[in-house]
Amino acid sequence: MIPAAFDYHAPTSLDEALSLLAAHGDEAKVLAGGQSLIPMMRFRLAEPGVLVDLNHIEGMAGVTEEDGHLWIGALTRHAEVERSDLVRKRYPLLHEAASVIADPIVRNRGTVAGSLVHADPAGDWGAVMLACGAELEVHGPDGQRMVPIDELFVTTFMTSLSPGDIVTGIKLPIAGKRSGGAYEKLERKVGDFATVAVAARLELDDDGVCSAAGIGLTAVGATNLRAQDAEKALIGKKPDEAAIDAASRAAAEAASPTADNRGSVEYKRDMVRVLSARALRRAAAHAGGEG
Amino acid sequence: MAETVTVKVTVNGVEHEARVEPRMLLVHFLRDELDMTGTHIGCDTTNCGACTVLVDGVPMKSCTMFAVQADGHDLTTVEGLGDNGGLEPIQEGFHQEHGLQCGFCTPGMMLVSKALLAENPDPSEAEIRRAISGNLCRCTGYQNIVKSVQYAAKKIRTGSAESTVGGGAS
Repeated sequence: MIPAAFDYHAPTSLDEALSLLAAHGDEAKVLAGGQSLIPMMRFRLAEPGVLVDLNHIEGMAGVTEEDGHLWIGALTRHAEVERSDLVRKRYPLLHEAASVIADPIVRNRGTVAGSLVHADPAGDWGAVMLACGAELEVHGPDGQRMVPIDELFVTTFMTSLSPGDIVTGIKLPIAGKRSGGAYEKLERKVGDFATVAVAARLELDDDGVCSAAGIGLTAVGATNLRAQDAEKALIGKKPDEAAIDAASRAAAEAASPTADNRGSVEYKRDMVRVLSARALRRAAAHAGGEG
Repeated sequence: MAETVTVKVTVNGVEHEARVEPRMLLVHFLRDELDMTGTHIGCDTTNCGACTVLVDGVPMKSCTMFAVQADGHDLTTVEGLGDNGGLEPIQEGFHQEHGLQCGFCTPGMMLVSKALLAENPDPSEAEIRRAISGNLCRCTGYQNIVKSVQYAAKKIRTGSAESTVGGGAS
């Protein structure tokens, strides 16, 4: 299948890319990894008249800890997160999610930020970033701003960003002394989208009590969802079986799945409960130093 | 029609240049512009991995990249395997261990395996299975594909390997 014709631009600086987007308005789409956009173009579900390819802009990839946060550059590929020693040691939630996105070949090309702004509710990074309380650094016609992840997703395939905006990176809170996380994904086969997936992140204080909790859900709503009642069920408590059970049930309540060939509404909702409990148990073990 | 763009790529050590439409996918560029049909189109939906090529040594799906994006890069396709007319270890492995039946997935399978062995010369079975998990074999010949990669790994590490296929092949 052949995509519709378009004009191609490969700017070498962010300013040039922003000018191109400003000049072409709605006509233009940003191309990063292209692992969602190019399939959509092949099916002619997307027919942008202009593509602005960011891959020639230097310095937009990489995962680093700096100034008290974790920074993921916008052109960072999933595989780079998966292979990062820093991420493996300190951010298990990110490592686990990166390892189960699509398949290994797609992971070599697709980007974290591109996946986020694609806003597919079955995308993995949205749930992870909701659980982490991430912020996106966005450059647009009016300069730079930070967009909290809670304000990103509008509905399926739609974000609050404007056509002239470019995400330049993602900022996450730095891992605390006693923090842990896990990503539990149920998929039919490698490369399939999640039937259901749950991202969990916990921070414990010196007494082993949850000082912060984040729970994000994949593929059970019009967008990735944050299960706030489930988070509240954990904060101020020790993450024991009773607290995890209550949180998992609250997470299932927060889900609003639709039935498809991956499962019924009831099945998916119950899988949210099951996967939330598994993810929270592992996150708690990790935060408690057992991971 | 959109303006054409110049694509200059090195494929298997040979430089090629052509003017193409930006919408031309890399796999079509290889097959239709360069007449290198070893790179297969399997699914056209970014699922099967038959079109996998190495871009600067890294496996990529050439159906999910525009040719223009390969401009200035170094590509390896299945035609680039083998040295001096002989087979290189990964090819020899597929030959010795019966790693192919219909052969359609084989170019992609060998290229992801080559990339794996370049990084990890002694992979576990689980690591091999994980590395090829983006490549579908609809003959379902995965057992022998895994053995083929193990054969190649051993050949690369020790200089020799023996086929696990019993008896004399007919």
